[in-house]
Amino acid sequence: MEPLVKHSGKVAPLDKVNVDTDQIIPKQFLKRVERTGFGRFLFYDWRYQEDEEPNPDFVLNQPAYQSATILLARNNFGCGSSREHAPWALLDYGFKVIIAPSFADIFYNNCFKNGILPVKLTEDEVDSLFQQADSSELTLTVDLEKQTVLDEKGNSYTFETDPYRRKMLLEGLDDIGLTEMYESNISKYEEKGKAIYQSVF
Amino acid sequence: MKPKTLFEKIWDQHVVVEEEGKPHLLYVDLHMVHEVTSPQAFEGLRLSNRSVRRPELTFATMDHNVPTKNPFQIHDDIASKQIQTLEKNCQEFGIQLADLESSDQGIVHVIGPELGLTLPGKTIVCGDSHTSTHGAFGAIAFGIGTSEVEHVLATQTLWQEKPKTLKVDIQGSRASGVAAKDVILGLIAKYGIAFGTGYVIEYTGQAVQEMTMEERMTVCNMSIEAGAKAGLIAPDETTYEYLRDREYAPKGEDFEKAILEWEALKTDEGAEFDEVITFDVNELEPQVTWGTNPSMGVGVNDVVPDPESFTNPVDQSSTKQALEYMDLKPGTKMTDIEIDYVFLGSCTNSRIEDLRAAAEIAKGQTVAPGVTAMVVPGSKRVKEQAEQEGLDQIFIEAGFDWRSAGCSMCLSMNPDVVPPGKRCASTSNRNFEGRQGRAARTHLVSPQMAVAAAINGHFTDVRERSTVRS
Ligand code: SF4
Repeated sequence: MEPLVKHSGKVAPLDKVNVDTDQIIPKQFLKRVERTGFGRFLFYDWRYQEDEEPNPDFVLNQPAYQSATILLARNNFGCGSSREHAPWALLDYGFKVIIAPSFADIFYNNCFKNGILPVKLTEDEVDSLFQQADSSELTLTVDLEKQTVLDEKGNSYTFETDPYRRKMLLEGLDDIGLTEMYESNISKYEEKGKAIYQSVF
Repeated sequence: MKPKTLFEKIWDQHVVVEEEGKPHLLYVDLHMVHEVTSPQAFEGLRLSNRSVRRPELTFATMDHNVPTKNPFQIHDDIASKQIQTLEKNCQEFGIQLADLESSDQGIVHVIGPELGLTLPGKTIVCGDSHTSTHGAFGAIAFGIGTSEVEHVLATQTLWQEKPKTLKVDIQGSRASGVAAKDVILGLIAKYGIAFGTGYVIEYTGQAVQEMTMEERMTVCNMSIEAGAKAGLIAPDETTYEYLRDREYAPKGEDFEKAILEWEALKTDEGAEFDEVITFDVNELEPQVTWGTNPSMGVGVNDVVPDPESFTNPVDQSSTKQALEYMDLKPGTKMTDIEIDYVFLGSCTNSRIEDLRAAAEIAKGQTVAPGVTAMVVPGSKRVKEQAEQEGLDQIFIEAGFDWRSAGCSMCLSMNPDVVPPGKRCASTSNRNFEGRQGRAARTHLVSPQMAVAAAINGHFTDVRERSTVRS
């Protein structure tokens, strides 16, 4: 996984609440057996018309938001299906940071596992960022170490992440590698029979 | 000792590592796998030269892509590749697989309980959000992403922040004709699709105690639709009776011993939840959703709401968007909404009791002209049982299609798709835009309500029919 320490980029505002993972990446694209190549299908039903032509009304198709790497979203972003294809598609498209007042649990977790930083700001802060991004091009700098979001006018917003997830993302660490250092704990747990079901069969 | 909730008891028993500044490392007792969310996890293992730590605690099936007309005829090359990839992965890593030939095959959340793999006190995960279903047995069961699938395969553990606890006390008794599905839809309609975010729910109360295991599964299944990490219900006699003699459940004396252990799996008197809410079902009506998330629902005798009736501007605009997508006008009576498709299936409502209740309404009736209706049993075993009871004949005679087991039109990854602009009464759990097909319009209902809609061509209060089961 790529570490993420500090990121500056253009913001694309997606003004919708409860964006579910079925919208982020519709099911017909879940059949691939690789992790890559999902970016083309991101927000497919919104992004393309029936004839596969880009839908000019959709935010990501508007010239002002081309090459955005920060997605600004509303409450409960990423709800619904657990598909990790959602963060894969966002990442493959080029998004590194998602800012919203709240995220669904599984999605939030999946982001960290893939080097995307989900940033929770207050509703008022998100509102003000939407206003800025709607009226002119908005570039933000997100600093994970300091846990701040900075706009070009010098306004700074702070956010929180739990220390463990932050460390993993800052260093781009692989979860499994870390867990393997606890091999003896796991073995001991298994031996002690604390795992009440030793076998499913 | 400090009194504990059911959730805390199971959680504490599974903590392998607890260190300052880290989430808990939690042991996983049962890992279920399906073809859509696992290929990249196995690929990851291969790339890093890792093996599966406890293949015997892992069980795989194929469900999402499986065609339901003839499961063996997969015309979609990519779907077929995904199915073959699962076969190959299970073989290579030594994992038991209920493949298309197996009599155990079915939707992952239907077969776990039905095979007795799902047991009280277990920690259960699967790369699928509706893993919450298994919580009906008093297990901690939750959906995970593919990176976590890989992590569980490699280590049989997961790093997890301890979630908060929420007690949902469901009081009163359901009226006849009101299904478990109506209870969970009603609850989510009242409290919204995010009231469970960050929490594990324990469902308690008279209405829950009165439910059969299959009804409890319907409720726990949709916990994720409230944003919850998991939903669980303390095991009781109903649970034990369901599990007795299930294929992989303990047998004979072992079973009696297990019951003694399971009896401790309840929330202690005086244990504290982070949050408590109550929901009374005495007056609850059969529910129908009108919008594009599961909280956008009302009683069947109600009307489509007016966006202006919401005070919050965000609710106003999302309601407006939803009504546009659904092509519905505020004030329309739910019973005036005409449907084109009926889907009876999914891990929410495709078990034998669902089919029995539905068949009772369908008996001697005919599907309305112009309506396409299908029944997709949740598993091969459910299908077989239904056929033994003659339910298939009742459905077929009424004009329903009788299909093979799989996820089918719940998310339409297989050929079962609702065409653009068409309206479907569905017993599944999600009415998101495009879920059943691009521009398809989904209304979530109970199995009984789905059949009543099929027969009348529009939504109908199933209680007004003389055939309703008491
Ligand atoms: S039936 Fe639907 S919700 Fe259930 S596992 Fe299959 S796709 Fe998911």
